[in-house]
Amino acid sequence: MSGKVVLHYFNGRGRMESIRWLLAVAGVQFEEVFFTKKEQFDKLLNDGALTFQQVPLVEIDGMKLVQSKAILNYIAGKYNLYGKDLKERAMIDIYSEGLIDLMEMIIMAPLGPADNIQKTYSSIEEKAKVRFLPVFEKALANSSFLVGKQLSRADVHLLEATLMLQELFPSILATFPKIQAFQEQMKALPAISKFLQPGSARKPPPDEEYVRIVKSVLPHLFK
Amino acid sequence: MSGKVVLHYFNGRGKMESIRWLLAAAGVQFEEVFLTEKEQFDKLLSDGALTFQQVPLVEIDGMKLVQSKAILNYIAGKYNLYGKDLKERAMIDIYSEGLIDLMEMIMVSPFTPAENKEKVFSNIEEKAKVRFLPVFEKALANSSFLVGKQLSRADVHLLEATLMLQELFPSILATFPKIQAFQEQMKALPAISKFLQPGSARKPPPDEEYARTVKAVLSHLFK
Repeated sequence: MSGKVVLHYFNGRGRMESIRWLLAVAGVQFEEVFFTKKEQFDKLLNDGALTFQQVPLVEIDGMKLVQSKAILNYIAGKYNLYGKDLKERAMIDIYSEGLIDLMEMIIMAPLGPADNIQKTYSSIEEKAKVRFLPVFEKALANSSFLVGKQLSRADVHLLEATLMLQELFPSILATFPKIQAFQEQMKALPAISKFLQPGSARKPPPDEEYVRIVKSVLPHLFK
Repeated sequence: MSGKVVLHYFNGRGKMESIRWLLAAAGVQFEEVFLTEKEQFDKLLSDGALTFQQVPLVEIDGMKLVQSKAILNYIAGKYNLYGKDLKERAMIDIYSEGLIDLMEMIMVSPFTPAENKEKVFSNIEEKAKVRFLPVFEKALANSSFLVGKQLSRADVHLLEATLMLQELFPSILATFPKIQAFQEQMKALPAISKFLQPGSARKPPPDEEYARTVKAVLSHLFK
C-alpha cells in the first residue's frame, strides 16, 4: 500500500525535523499539517490518533505512527538506511541515539527559562566539543560513512546536528577536519542538496513566534 | 561468535534493568560488573569503552554497546522479540518508547529532592492512569500479546513497567482487567517466572544506598 505521507506537527523544527530530513534523503514526498491552535491538537486527542497524547504524528502506509524514534526507525528500515546486518544496525543506533540526545538539547533550549539560556548554550557547546564531536571525528577517520560502506540514518543525523551546531557556534567544527569533509560530501548528495535549497520543507531555527505557538497548543506541558 | 555477555552498571536498576529483563526473557546468561567507585567509571572512560561517556555498557558478540536503546534494539532483533515485519516493528517501537518514557520517570524519582517527591509520584500515577495504561488495556482487548501473535519486547517492557508501578501504587491496576490478565499470563512463562524468583539478576527498587553510589560514581552529573 502506497499512499501519501502526512506529517502532523508545528510549522517548525522540534522533534519532526529529523523525520523531514530522513524522508527527504529517502526521496519521499510528504505533506504537512501544521498545528497553530490548541483545538487542532485536542481534536487529534479526541479522535484517538495520538497513542500517548503526544506529537509528532506521521500517517504512512496505512498507519498512524507516533513517538519520533519509532517513526525514524520505520523510515530508516523501509528505505535501506539502517545498515546491512544487526551489528551495523547496533552501531547506527548508538550514533543515532547520541545525535538525537544532542539535538534534543538544542531543540529544548529555547523552550526553557530565558534567563538560563546562555548557560544552557554554553553547556551544549562544551558537551558537543568534548563528548560528541570527537566520537564522530574518530569514526570518520578511515571512512566516508559512519557505519559500513553505505549511507545510513546516522550520517543524515550527523549532518543535521552539525549544521544546527554551526548556527549557534559558527566556528565549532574548526578543530574537526574529518567532520568538515564529511559535511561537504553529504551536502553534494542530490537529495540533500535539494533539501538545503530555499523553498524545501526544511524548517528554520526556532524563533519567538514558534515558541509562542508551541506553548499555546501544548500549555499542559509548560506548567 | 558467541562469547559471554557482560553488563557494566551499578548494582541497581536504572537504565540497565530493562536490558536484564530482555536478556532473561530471551534465555541469555549474562555476567555483571558493578560500578561502585568513581575510579572504575574513569577507567572505562580512559579505555575508550564508552562511546558517549555514559553507561550502560554491554559487551556482546565482540562489540561494546552503549546507549540503552541501542542495546535493547540489538537484543530484541537478535532474539526474535521484534515482530515479523517492519509494520509490527513500528508498533512495537511505539509501545516500547512509551513504556521506556514511563519507566524513566520512575527511575529518576529517587534523585528528586525530598520536598518534591510527593508531587513527582502523584504526577507519575496520574500519567500512568490517564495516558499510558489505557493504551495497553485497549491493545490487549482482543489479543494475548501487544503486537502480532507472538511475544515481543513490548510485552516484556509492559510487564516490567506494571510491576514497577505496583510497587509504588499497589492498587493501580484495579481498573485495568486486561492488563492484570496479561501480567498473570506473562508471569507464567518459564524464563520470566525464573527471573521473578529470589536469587535472579533482577534488582530491587532503588534505595538511599543506590542513590548515594550513583552520585559518587557519576559526581560530574550532580553538580
